[in-house]
Amino acid sequence: MALETYIIYKLILVVLVFAITMVIAMYSTYAERKVAGFLQDRLGPNRAGPFGILQPVADAVKLFMKEETIPSVSNKTLFIIGPALSLLTACMTGVVIPWGTSLSFFGENFSLQIADVNIGILYLFGVVSIGVYGIMIGGWASNNKYSLLGAIRASSQMISYEVAMGLSIIALIMTTGTLSVGEIAAQQHGWHWNILIQPLGALIFIVCAFAETNRAPFDLPECEQELVGGYHTEYSSMKMGFYLFAEYINMFISATVISTFYFGGYNMPFIGRFVHDPNWLALCGVAFLFAKIFFGIFFFMWVRWTLPRFRYDQLMNLGWKVLIPLSILNIVLTGAWMMRHEILNVFIK
Amino acid sequence: MYLLSKKRTMQPLTNRSKVVVKKEMSLYEKIYLPAIISGMMITFSHFFRKKPTIQYPEQKREFSGTYRGQHVLKRDEIGAERCTACGLCAVACPAEAITMIAGERKKGEEKLYREEKYAVNYEINMLRCIFCGDCEDACPKEAIFLTDRMVKPENNRGSFFYGKDILVEGVEKEKRIDISRRQTAEVLEFKKHKEFDHNR
Repeated sequence: MALETYIIYKLILVVLVFAITMVIAMYSTYAERKVAGFLQDRLGPNRAGPFGILQPVADAVKLFMKEETIPSVSNKTLFIIGPALSLLTACMTGVVIPWGTSLSFFGENFSLQIADVNIGILYLFGVVSIGVYGIMIGGWASNNKYSLLGAIRASSQMISYEVAMGLSIIALIMTTGTLSVGEIAAQQHGWHWNILIQPLGALIFIVCAFAETNRAPFDLPECEQELVGGYHTEYSSMKMGFYLFAEYINMFISATVISTFYFGGYNMPFIGRFVHDPNWLALCGVAFLFAKIFFGIFFFMWVRWTLPRFRYDQLMNLGWKVLIPLSILNIVLTGAWMMRHEILNVFIK
Repeated sequence: MYLLSKKRTMQPLTNRSKVVVKKEMSLYEKIYLPAIISGMMITFSHFFRKKPTIQYPEQKREFSGTYRGQHVLKRDEIGAERCTACGLCAVACPAEAITMIAGERKKGEEKLYREEKYAVNYEINMLRCIFCGDCEDACPKEAIFLTDRMVKPENNRGSFFYGKDILVEGVEKEKRIDISRRQTAEVLEFKKHKEFDHNR
């Protein structure tokens, strides 16, 4: 492939992924309110446009038009960096996600993954870990005790759950034998979904994903009943919008990562029987991945409007005393299963 | 029940009350996941339930037959105001919301005012009014009625002093306000009987 076409195709892919991420995050806010309404026997927003479909636009206009206040006692540079960092890291994770197999035009093969780096999982975890700085910096720079408490809660929660999350991923890496996200997705063709191989690991990963995205029942960093809004108490206008937006992008990315790691990514069993053209097959794969992601997002919302919030000690107990031992057990079991022939041989001899 | 009363606790209002037992949770309960799934099923069942929302401006809840809303000052068949400014409504009003200035009808105004005396000025303070309907009961001339219209919200208190321009109904047939729901046959029959103290 010529360098120019390569660059243009990658740029198009980047812009497309960015735009889709933004639109989905935007409409997640609408979906959240709509789902919340329906789960609570209400209708949700339905005034702006048909079925309230323009509500996110109205919200965005509102956020942009609002007066922007920066507290005089705050650290102004960090106050601005906080939400920017939050949104930046949220957007960066989409790079290593395989959105589909590949399309071929004019004899060229175009992969639907922006960067198939061979350490994709490490990249993902690195970026997600930086995400906590956005919250931490924002909460600290506000110079407000509620913000600081929210930020401390957020960082300790995210660090605690990152351990269990990483350990659950180690078991996955053991079975797949690769750190590349693209390869993990490709391995799950047919019914070889990782959730069937790693059910416990998937469960731990999903629970940790809830904690990592600061969503109910782990939304302690911003519990409005105790902390007036948590780390973004002092934020107004689009800076607060950035934080909220980052949260929804994180939710979208989490749903994507869960579907890619454990639910077969763009793979769907039996689709090969009905569709034969490879290009259509790839597009079907993209559609299936997004179907899984949308269900994942719905699942996030469903849980939020069902379960009450954890108490802080319960949260820490669950993280350190339940999930981490369980994920270590998962690693041991996975290792034992992988080495079962060798172990059996030892006993037979 | 016997146990409860013996412990001198409150009488249960329903038979659904349960005595709370703080026992050790079983493993099944400790896992939490079954409880979480059943909870999520409950919320999901609500997803498809019929919503009781009434879409207000397009859809309105029906008022009861005797709803008491904004007042109307009635005109008679030829379009003359029925009110004679006797002041009985103002006296009957428990909230003291009604004030009026009486005037004498001039020659040539027979089409405008039904009797020799009429209200030059008639004001109801809608913020004071409690919509009890006593003014309507007190009126001997069938002039004031409460209707099923709601008093509109305003931005300032002054706008809630409703004068004759708002209260008196229009002369044209289509501008007349229907009060048949409150001025029923029974009410008219009752008002005919002068032996009742109320109608004197």
